[in-house]
Amino acid sequence: MKIGVFICHCGENIGRTVDCPRVAKACEWLPGVEVSIDYKYMCSDPGQNMIKKEIIDKKLDAIVVGSCSPHMHEKTFRKAAVAAGINPFLVEITNLREHCSWVHDDIEAATEKAIEMVRMSVEKVKRDQPLTTIEVPVTKRTLVIGGGIAGIQAALDVANAGYEVVLVEKEPSIGGHMSQLSETFPTLDCSQCILTPRMVEVYQHPKIKLMTFSEVEKVDGFIGNFTVTIRNKARHIDEDKCTGCGLCITKCPIRKKAYNSFEENLAHRPAVYVPFPQAVPNIPVIDETVCTHYKNGKCGICVTVCGREAINFDQQDKLVTEEVGAIIMATGYKLYNIDKKPDDSIYKGYGEYGYGKYKDVVDGLQFERIASASGPTEGEFKRPSDGKEPKKIVFIQCVGSRDESKGFSYCSKICCMYTAKHAMLYKHKVHDGEAYVFYMDIRSGGKMYDEFVRRAIEEDGVKYIRGRVSKITEEDGKYIVKGEDTLAGMPITIEADMVVLATAMIAQPDASTLAQTVGIPYDKHGFFNEAHPKLRPIESTTGGVFLAGACQSPKDIPESVAMASAAAAKAMVLFGSDKLEREPVVAKVSADLCAGCFLCKKVCPYGAVEVREVKTRDGVVIKEIAYVNEGLCQGCGTCTASCPSKSVELAGFNNEEIFAQIAAL
Amino acid sequence: MSSHTHNHVHTIADDIKDKTFQDVSLCYQCGKCSAGCPVRYYMDVAPNKVVRLIQLGFYEEALKSTTPWLCAGCMTCSSRCPQEFDLAKFMDAVRETAIEKGVKVKDKDIITFHKAFLNQIKSFGRAYEVGLVAEYKLKTMHLFDDVDSSPGMLLKGKLKVLPHNIKDKESVKKIFKKTAKK
Repeated sequence: MKIGVFICHCGENIGRTVDCPRVAKACEWLPGVEVSIDYKYMCSDPGQNMIKKEIIDKKLDAIVVGSCSPHMHEKTFRKAAVAAGINPFLVEITNLREHCSWVHDDIEAATEKAIEMVRMSVEKVKRDQPLTTIEVPVTKRTLVIGGGIAGIQAALDVANAGYEVVLVEKEPSIGGHMSQLSETFPTLDCSQCILTPRMVEVYQHPKIKLMTFSEVEKVDGFIGNFTVTIRNKARHIDEDKCTGCGLCITKCPIRKKAYNSFEENLAHRPAVYVPFPQAVPNIPVIDETVCTHYKNGKCGICVTVCGREAINFDQQDKLVTEEVGAIIMATGYKLYNIDKKPDDSIYKGYGEYGYGKYKDVVDGLQFERIASASGPTEGEFKRPSDGKEPKKIVFIQCVGSRDESKGFSYCSKICCMYTAKHAMLYKHKVHDGEAYVFYMDIRSGGKMYDEFVRRAIEEDGVKYIRGRVSKITEEDGKYIVKGEDTLAGMPITIEADMVVLATAMIAQPDASTLAQTVGIPYDKHGFFNEAHPKLRPIESTTGGVFLAGACQSPKDIPESVAMASAAAAKAMVLFGSDKLEREPVVAKVSADLCAGCFLCKKVCPYGAVEVREVKTRDGVVIKEIAYVNEGLCQGCGTCTASCPSKSVELAGFNNEEIFAQIAAL
Repeated sequence: MSSHTHNHVHTIADDIKDKTFQDVSLCYQCGKCSAGCPVRYYMDVAPNKVVRLIQLGFYEEALKSTTPWLCAGCMTCSSRCPQEFDLAKFMDAVRETAIEKGVKVKDKDIITFHKAFLNQIKSFGRAYEVGLVAEYKLKTMHLFDDVDSSPGMLLKGKLKVLPHNIKDKESVKKIFKKTAKK
C-alpha cells in the first residue's frame, strides 16, 4: 500500500509552533509512506492540486493530511482525493492545529508530538476500508407540531411549495397566543385581523391535514422516514356532522363551572365550547370534567338542540399514524405563573407582588384580553375586581426574567416592547389616566422598536422609572407599589388602581417530554436546542427535525415567522432529492458473534438499535440479535464501546483501526 | 500561548468579598433592595448605591455613609434580591471594614449607639434597654432627646427597670473576648 502524507502550515497557525518541514521529512521514513511533503496552505487550490498530482503520479492508495480539524476541511481533502481516484474514506485527517499547535508553545515538543500524531494516522489509514455513502429514501411530507403563528407559517410555506403537511395542535383551535393579543407592536395593527385569514387559509388548504385537539404520542424512524403516532382527543362531537352553528354552546346550562383559558381565566365558559368565536375549526369541544352528563348522565340539552345529531358522548380518543420525512417543532411558550408557589415547587413565585391574591394584579396576557375588543370587557379598560376604570396603572417588567433567585436567568426579550404597547393602548383610551413602567433596562432592538418605546414616553406621556418594585400591598382598593428610582436615588411609592406584571416567557411545561418523544435535545429551561447557535439555528441536532418560534427561545412574532419560513425551507431542502445521502460511518452488528444482551440498545442515544430474529430455513427462531438501523445511527460509537462480545463495529473506526493507531504511539 | 500575570492589589471590594463570600459584581442595580428597605428614608445613601460605590471603587464615600449603620439587618433585601446577593451580610462587612480602616462615619453617634448596645450584651448576655439608653445618652450628651416617649414605653412594658440576666453569662463574655482580638 502506498501512502501520501501532506503537512499543512495553515499559514502560521500550525507553522508557528510545529516545524512542518521537519514533520514531513520524518514521515518520509514511516513504513508504507511513498511521499511526504509540506505546504503553506494545503486547502488552497494549488495545495489540493498538489495532492491530486501526487496521488496520480505516485499511484497512491491512501493519504494522510496533517492540517486543521476535520470539521473544517475533511470534505475538501476527500473531494480532492475522489477527483484523483481514491475512495474518500481512505483519507485520514490529523488535527495538527487544534490538537497540537494551538495548545502548545514549545516548538521542539510540539514538533515531536506532530510526528507521533501523523504516525498514528498512517497506521490507521493502512487498515481503512473503502466505504460507500448510504442512500435512504425520503417521504415528502412534513409534520408541524403546534398551530400558533410559527406553525401556521411553516405549514403554509411547505404546503404552498406543493408538499403535504400534517399540522397537529394540542388545543381545540389553531391560532396560539397570537390570537389572544389585542394589538401588535410596533405598528399597533390588530392581531386577529392579520392572523385569522391565515388560520382560514390553513383550514382550506388542500395540502394541509389539520389535526386539532391532538397530540404527538410517538415518533419512530429517522430523517426522511418518520412514522408518527398522533392521539386525536375525543371532542365528543362528530366533526363531520357539526356545522359550527353554536346552538349547543348557547343552550348549555353549565355556565360558570369552568374558567375560559382563552380569556386567561378572566371569564367563564360553558361545558361545551369553542375557545373563541373565530376558532379554526369552528367545532366545539365538550369538557368532560364539568359536563353534567359525565357526572350523572342526566343533562342532554345539547343533544336535543343539535339539529345534526353531532353530539356523541361515547366518542373515544383515536390514534392516527402518519408517515412524514421532516418534522417542524413549533410548540411555542407559556407565561410564568408567578403566584405564591407551594414549598416543594421548583418555582418560587413572587409572594411580594400578590399575583393570585390581588384581583387587579394581572399578567401580560390577561391585560391583552382586557385591552382586546373581543375580550371580556370588550376593549374597555375595566379592572377585574370591581369593573371600574383604572386611573393609575403600574407596569412592572422583568418579573421572573433576569431573576436567578425566583425565576430564570434569561431575558424574555419581548416584555419591553409589549409593556410599552400596553401603556400606550391604555393612554390612548383613558386620556386622564397615568401609566408608570418600572424597568431595569429597555431592550428594544428591532426595526422601529426603540422609536416605539420613545413614542410611548414622548408622545403618550408614559412615565418610565428605572428600578425593581419590592412589594405591593392593598389598602382600600388601592395597590401600594413600593419602588426605588435608581436614577434619581429616591424611593417612590405609587398608589395604583391596577398592576400589570410582564412575567417571563417559559417553555411549555411538557416541552421536555415532547423533546424526548421526538428525540431532540433541550436546555435546562425546556427550550429546544439548535444544532449550532450561529450557523445552524433552525436545525435540531437530530436530522430532519427543525425548530420554529418560541419553543427554541423567547421570540416575538416577526422572529417566529422568519424562523418558521426558514424551517419550511430546510424541510424543502430535504425534499429536493428523492434519496438522501449520508456518511457510511455507522455501526454494524456481527450476527454470528452477537449474544443478544441488548446492552447496545439500552445505551444508544438515538434509538437506532432494533431487535432482529435469526431463523432457520423452516422459520424456527434460533436467537434474537441486535440490528443497527443505518438511517438512525449517528456513528457515535457508544454501542461499540459497550458491547461485551465486541460484536458491534463502527465503520471507519473499527477496533483494528483504533488499536493500530494506539499501538503506533 | 501567552499568559497574563496580574499584579492584583487587594482592594476593599476584595476584602468585602473575603468576608461575605460573594462578589459585588453580582449586583445589577435594579434597586429592589432600596425599594423595600424599611429604614431607607433615614439613610443618606440608598442601599443599592452603597453597593454601586463599592463596585466603582469609591470606597471612602461608601464607608463614611450612615446606611450600613442604619441597616437593621431585617433581611428583606436579601430575600427579595433577584441575584441572590445577600445585602444584609454585605452591610455587616461594610461596617466591619469601616471600623478596621478607622473611617469617620458621617454621624458619629451611630457608632456610640452600636457600642452601647454591645456593652449591654457583654454585661448581661441580652439587651438591657434602660442601660443602653443611659450609656448612649451619657456618652453623646443628648440627655433630653426622646424623653417624651419614655412614659409610654414604660407603660407598655418595653422598658424594664432591672436587667434580665441569662443563665450562662460567662460564655457570652468568652465570645466577646475571642472576637475582640481580631
